[in-house]
Amino acid sequence: MSRGATALPAILRDAGLSALVAFGLFAVMIGLKTDAGPTSLVLTPRPWAVVLAVAAVFFGRLAMLLWRLWRPAGVPAPRRITAGFARAGRYIAPVVLAVALTLPLYAGRYWLDLGILVLTYVMLGWGLNIVVGLAGLLDLGYVAFYAVGAYSYALLAQDLGLGFWTCLPLAGILAACWGVMLGFPVLRLRGDYLAIVTLAFGEIIRVVILNWTTLTGGPNGISGIPRPTLFGLTFSAGGGPGSFADFFGIEPNLTQRVAFLYYVILGLALLTNWVSLRLRRLPLGRAWEALREDEIACRSLGINVTITKLTAFAMGAMFGGFAGAFFATRQAFISPESFTFIESAMVLAIVVLGGLGSQLGVAMAALIMIGGSEMFRELAEYRMLIFGLALVMMMVLRPRGLVSGRTPSVSLGERHEIAPDLVAQGRG
Amino acid sequence: MDAVTTDAPLLAVRDLTMRFGGLTAVDMLSFEAHAGDITAVIGPNGAGKTTVFNCITGFYRPTSGGLNLTQAGGRFALERMPGHRIARHAKVARTFQNIRLFAGMTVLENLLVAQHNTLMPDVARGLLAVFGLGGYRAHERAAVELARFWLDAIDLTARADDAAGALPYGAQRRLEIARAMCTGPVLLCLDEPAAGLNPRESDELSALLLRIRDGGCSILLIEHDMGVVMRISDHIVVLDHGKKISDGTAEQVRNDPNVIAAYLGEGDEDETPAEVAQ
Repeated sequence: MSRGATALPAILRDAGLSALVAFGLFAVMIGLKTDAGPTSLVLTPRPWAVVLAVAAVFFGRLAMLLWRLWRPAGVPAPRRITAGFARAGRYIAPVVLAVALTLPLYAGRYWLDLGILVLTYVMLGWGLNIVVGLAGLLDLGYVAFYAVGAYSYALLAQDLGLGFWTCLPLAGILAACWGVMLGFPVLRLRGDYLAIVTLAFGEIIRVVILNWTTLTGGPNGISGIPRPTLFGLTFSAGGGPGSFADFFGIEPNLTQRVAFLYYVILGLALLTNWVSLRLRRLPLGRAWEALREDEIACRSLGINVTITKLTAFAMGAMFGGFAGAFFATRQAFISPESFTFIESAMVLAIVVLGGLGSQLGVAMAALIMIGGSEMFRELAEYRMLIFGLALVMMMVLRPRGLVSGRTPSVSLGERHEIAPDLVAQGRG
Repeated sequence: MDAVTTDAPLLAVRDLTMRFGGLTAVDMLSFEAHAGDITAVIGPNGAGKTTVFNCITGFYRPTSGGLNLTQAGGRFALERMPGHRIARHAKVARTFQNIRLFAGMTVLENLLVAQHNTLMPDVARGLLAVFGLGGYRAHERAAVELARFWLDAIDLTARADDAAGALPYGAQRRLEIARAMCTGPVLLCLDEPAAGLNPRESDELSALLLRIRDGGCSILLIEHDMGVVMRISDHIVVLDHGKKISDGTAEQVRNDPNVIAAYLGEGDEDETPAEVAQ
């Protein structure tokens, strides 16, 4: 191929340059290993590791450029992937739902625990999706509402002896109140400023919990948080009167409780999904999306921007609070350590990776990020490397998330997907 | 809100002044817009037309002066109301010089967002609708019907399910007008609706505006396209450097020497505007 022949020297030069950059990066970072010597740290050189890494970069770059050169002309790859996703999307959701519903029937304890973890993040992602994806308000302190929900349940259950199902709505309402309280002062802020203030809010809540020892137990946390019951039936490991196993006359088994918890979080997550999907088709949800698209136009149409933003904050916070209450009852122990900024960042990453505003995308992203990083646990420290690599790949291939198009909420005729480049991402 | 007086103008602007720091954008401006009229506000670039619009629609709070809107629902002092209340209660709708559609939402969704306050009178009823309560369904049907009416009026019914941002420029202009009309306004403020339109589209726009006026909604219009202004306006106000320099019918304004001077320049410094006009 003549095109390839003329381009070959350029490609070789490009790959060589990449290898040179890789050498500059890796020569010290990989080439020198610190080991504990008899008196102090000693440096062990690893020339072969550097050679391997540089070679990998050289040939990787070469392969990539060659592939780009000889790729069949026509539709660019990302668009083909998008079309594939759109077609597959119709089947993915029911399949995932069916698997989620039947998981306790065939999966063991480990998989159920993993499922609970993933579903908690799916629920948090869907909750934050209301604020970030629909209303376009960048919230970096979402973990604050998660913490408020968790501590609300823990304190109400311990101090007032209320049960899980009474506390769950209370925890949601309290978190929503905090959402409104945060919302009021920050509503005038936009974009980066809003992000900074919400970030600070998340930290403030954590620091208050950490230091208000008389109420929250400070760094010691709260332990012995009661487990949820099924219409009054407990799931104690030993069985006994009033327990689920006793009532149905079956052998008490720890898996029953895990399966029950699994269904509780599945139900809560599906509730979140249902409410957000429903709200999107209602005036309130449409106003959120309009706010994301153009706040000034909203004002000119008589939409009260303050109230609309507050409802978005409150609604997102409420689901965060539900998730928090569930987290507290599942762990039976909470401490401020569970509510650090990394949790907010994780949930936000899930929403952004999934595609702002897309329910299926967020669920997939949570599955990949939480489930995936759990899968690669054996790889220990290389887990983060893979994670970072995956994020970079995403940025290159699908900058607007896994599912990036927008489905209209109402239509006269046939509903078409709206291209992601038309949809605003919100600036707060 | 005071009692309604029948002979008051729809919109009375009294001594409106708007200063930005040391810059006086609008200086003691007074004019009236009457119900059932198309009132045009014209003037060279930087004359303060859009600033007047922003004061009327609550985007700016005037430094001083009064803006009284009198309609069947009562009398409103617009200078003291926040923007969203002006749109909702005083029923003043507007469009923007640089189109502000909800680009990522469909044409139909744009028109439904405009009917937000009819569909969702308050947050409680908005939340009840999640559970299918509060008579939401009937409201939505009516809202879609109204949207369909305006889609027919602007000839965009066929594209109702396309993203607003994907429409051609002229259609976006028309859609913005239809969206404003879906709020059910008594006064529609249009900021350069004919900008960037070709002659045929301008003619269609004129017809649409006349139709809106005949439907009972008064129009306040900023426009540079003199063909459109002269053809459809019942009353023209001319601004220059934030001050009113002329006020009257199209014929009166066209022959006003001040207007000619403002538009064509004043020639040599020793010439007076009157001499130029002769």
